[in-house]
Amino acid sequence: MKTIFHLLKKEFRQIFRNRAMLPILFVMPAVQLLVLSFAATFEVKNISLHIVDNDQSSLSRDLTQKFLVSDHFKLTGISFSSDEALDDMQRHNTDVILHIPEHFERDLVRNQKAKLMLSINAIDGAAAAVENAYATTIIHDFNENIRIRMADQISLTGQPKVLSVTQSFWFNPELDYKTFMVPGILVLLVTMIAIFLAGMNIVREKEIGTLEQINVTPIKKHQFIIGKLLPFWILALVELGVGLIMCRVIFGIGVAGSIWVVFLFAAVYLLVVLGIGLFISNFTHTQQQAMFLSWFFMVIFILMSGLFTPIDSMPHWAQVITEFNPVRYFVEVMRMVMLKGAQLPDILPQLSKLLVYALVMNGLAVAGYRKVA
Amino acid sequence: MKGFIIKEFFHIFRDRRSLIILFGMPIVQILLFGFAITNEIRNVNIAVLDKARDEASERIIEKMLASGYFVMNGYLETEDEIEPIFRKGKIKAVVVFGPDLDRNLTAGGIAPVQIIADATDPNTANTIAAYAASIVRDYQADINPNVTLPLETIPEVRMLYNPELKGVFMFIPGTMTIILMLVSAMMTSISIAREKEMGTMEVLLVSPLKPVQVVAGKVLPYILLSSINATVILLLGYFVFRMPMQGSLLALMGTTLLFIITTLSLGIFISTVAQTQQMAMMMSLIGLMLPTIMLSGFVFPIDSMPWPLRVLSNIIPAKWFILILKGLMLKGVSITYLWKEVLILIMMTLALIGISVKKYAIRLA
Amino acid sequence: MTYSDPIISVDKLTKKFGSFTAVNAISFQVMKGEIFGFLGANGAGKTTAMKILIGISRPTSGTATVAGYDIYKQTEQIKKSIGYMSQRFSLYNDLTIKENIEFFGGIYGLTSRQIREKSDALVEKLGLQDKFNRPISDLPLGWKQKLAFSVALLHDPKIIFLDEPTGGVDPVTRRMFWNMIYEAAYRGVTIFVTTHYMDEAEYCNRVSMMVDGKIEALDSPARLKEKFGVNSMNDVFVRLARNQDKAKVQ
Repeated sequence: MKTIFHLLKKEFRQIFRNRAMLPILFVMPAVQLLVLSFAATFEVKNISLHIVDNDQSSLSRDLTQKFLVSDHFKLTGISFSSDEALDDMQRHNTDVILHIPEHFERDLVRNQKAKLMLSINAIDGAAAAVENAYATTIIHDFNENIRIRMADQISLTGQPKVLSVTQSFWFNPELDYKTFMVPGILVLLVTMIAIFLAGMNIVREKEIGTLEQINVTPIKKHQFIIGKLLPFWILALVELGVGLIMCRVIFGIGVAGSIWVVFLFAAVYLLVVLGIGLFISNFTHTQQQAMFLSWFFMVIFILMSGLFTPIDSMPHWAQVITEFNPVRYFVEVMRMVMLKGAQLPDILPQLSKLLVYALVMNGLAVAGYRKVA
Repeated sequence: MKGFIIKEFFHIFRDRRSLIILFGMPIVQILLFGFAITNEIRNVNIAVLDKARDEASERIIEKMLASGYFVMNGYLETEDEIEPIFRKGKIKAVVVFGPDLDRNLTAGGIAPVQIIADATDPNTANTIAAYAASIVRDYQADINPNVTLPLETIPEVRMLYNPELKGVFMFIPGTMTIILMLVSAMMTSISIAREKEMGTMEVLLVSPLKPVQVVAGKVLPYILLSSINATVILLLGYFVFRMPMQGSLLALMGTTLLFIITTLSLGIFISTVAQTQQMAMMMSLIGLMLPTIMLSGFVFPIDSMPWPLRVLSNIIPAKWFILILKGLMLKGVSITYLWKEVLILIMMTLALIGISVKKYAIRLA
Repeated sequence: MTYSDPIISVDKLTKKFGSFTAVNAISFQVMKGEIFGFLGANGAGKTTAMKILIGISRPTSGTATVAGYDIYKQTEQIKKSIGYMSQRFSLYNDLTIKENIEFFGGIYGLTSRQIREKSDALVEKLGLQDKFNRPISDLPLGWKQKLAFSVALLHDPKIIFLDEPTGGVDPVTRRMFWNMIYEAAYRGVTIFVTTHYMDEAEYCNRVSMMVDGKIEALDSPARLKEKFGVNSMNDVFVRLARNQDKAKVQ
């Protein structure tokens, strides 16, 4: 064990002496946590809206007013010509066009029915759906208002049966996107430190040539590997701690459940990720290759982790693939523990899966590392 | 000069592992984006707390399951069971039916239906609640066949450029941008940094090749690589996902080339700052890649970000290129509409090259 | 000094990479305490052979023992008994002299006291006291090589393997380096050194020459020169190479 101690001493010295690495290890993740948490949102806000009002009646102006007042929309243009509006959209100046046709008020009052046209930039399909929902809700409200105002002028046939629908949102009543994203982003950052730096670290020794020297010494295989991975395991856990503090202080997101559960899970999770980094380093000769390969897996892991898009919505085959994605489990657990206060028994399925994964992965990686060629 | 370029090509092609990733990655990413990843809501696991157990509630549940959005995962008996079941993580929403639904409806009273959504994922929760609510409203319309609500404003909705709301259309321009960035900026900077680290850079500088030729020689193979990558991505998008190409192909090729050159000049710039390969890699990755993914509008809509980030996104070249791609491919505009974006890219390129040249001159002097 | 105990015994050692035979059934012995030069042109197979002897490469066939340990089954024991200085450089550039010594001493199992004593002695001998806490990258190449050599001897190995130790070093430093080698040999350390500098062969007790994977000559420098009727080891080598070419043509 003394050997491992010496190895660790050397690694930490090298890490901290590396001027370029220090900001990357400490400053970068912090900056990213901040920027990404504020940037990463699928909420749809500040929707640019162009209204074409061909009616110019008091009702049409009422409708326009409702849109102006709404938090969701930002009026970027108002005109008489739908060609002009369309042109605006072509120029990326607007994403939604509301067209109020001529005779809108007349049709509504006389025929009790009037049409409106909504044109939505649907390149971002999901956003378009949301924009549609917002716009139709405003129109719906406008509709209700008129009915109430003109209640005496209209005739109702029969007594409608009404179901009252209430919506409640638990664990995140303000629907703050940050609450959702920040734990996941923490996972991301901690993972990146582990997989990139650990893997590249070993390859760097290979590249420089000191690895050969190490192979000639009596250092045993497992001692070397522990010596290489342990520093980053420790560093990643420290970063997680710092990140959690930042979450609390800056975003007001605390850990509803037990913080020890978080660290326990993180410790096992990191073993898996580091194992993957090690595994990659067995197959690569240069740092560039190691980085590319790590990057490749990282991107797939992140995309398929449920961090940005729900796993439930993926086709079945994709969901099966996510079973092998360690990031998926960590994201799930972080959210469960931090936001819903889940306890150890609740996360046992994920924990046990990761334990198995860690054993298999590290076993493979260690077996693949050859001191003797 | 020709020999130099050939040597560079050999360097690249001999590194088979990197090449595989370079070409394989965009393909895998696009396939993933196209087939696996989506923002839509599907197969949501819900639980039901049905205090009414009458025709109304059963019908509504039927409609919900028939919609394809929801999957029934359990019947609850009491309110106490709600929180634990959320905590287990599988259930995303619980629908609670008040007692005597049917009776209240006919008697003209209030028939309450509550939709409790797990809002840890706010977007999903919002959408789930909206879908559920609209299904309930549907049922309401069903049981009120003779009642027509007067004064209807009927909005007709047209979804432009992407009527099927296909998610992949958003991701292909973005993926292309990221890959080009990866190849051009990152690899160029690493390649130049490697020569510096190995000391062979000085050998080159001493040779009859002018510095400009050395840099050009380094950069040319990556232009080729990037172009191949870009083409593969576009072809994939076109043939596999039927991504439209509304605008001018020539404009597309031209602007792509422009962007490649912009990212290359970024790579050169990084190489003037980075001392070692590792630094070049880290700078490209952290200083370039991540901000690009986060702030370019590739995944997250820029408009929804707080204003400091919106301002910041303007210095990211990828943002402008994505706008150009969207305009050309999906909106079918002519290049003249995009003059602002093109000009910005050109200016960024010139600025980067200018600074790099100055840094080189200072060092050699 | 008579060298009569073999400390390295090699018998028909072969290493193939696919269809290419890098080391072709070589057999030889290295005696305890001698300075053994393992010569040959670049690509002749010497580095490959050495890698087998230091336990980081498995031979395709043949046997060998190093310091009494078998190279197939007892590589870990071999590693404890030998020291090694690689061609590409063996100390960590970003660590200081002190830290490098501490590290290598530690992993060879020396106690802190032993490490301190030895490092004091080492630093004094090399005159590097004022650079003790400076990173290795600050040292000029010649000093790095000498330091690497001293560190390789830290744990008192029985044999030390040197792979092209004087590459890129000026002649004065090369002389100084060889003085260090003599000193170590005098203390009883067996030196196994590969080099392609033919003049360094003169410094060895015995020399073997590898050409195309085979040992074409094995004897003391004096006797080799006599045998070929030339005045320098360089000429011996040229003769051997020419013979080889002639043999190929026929």
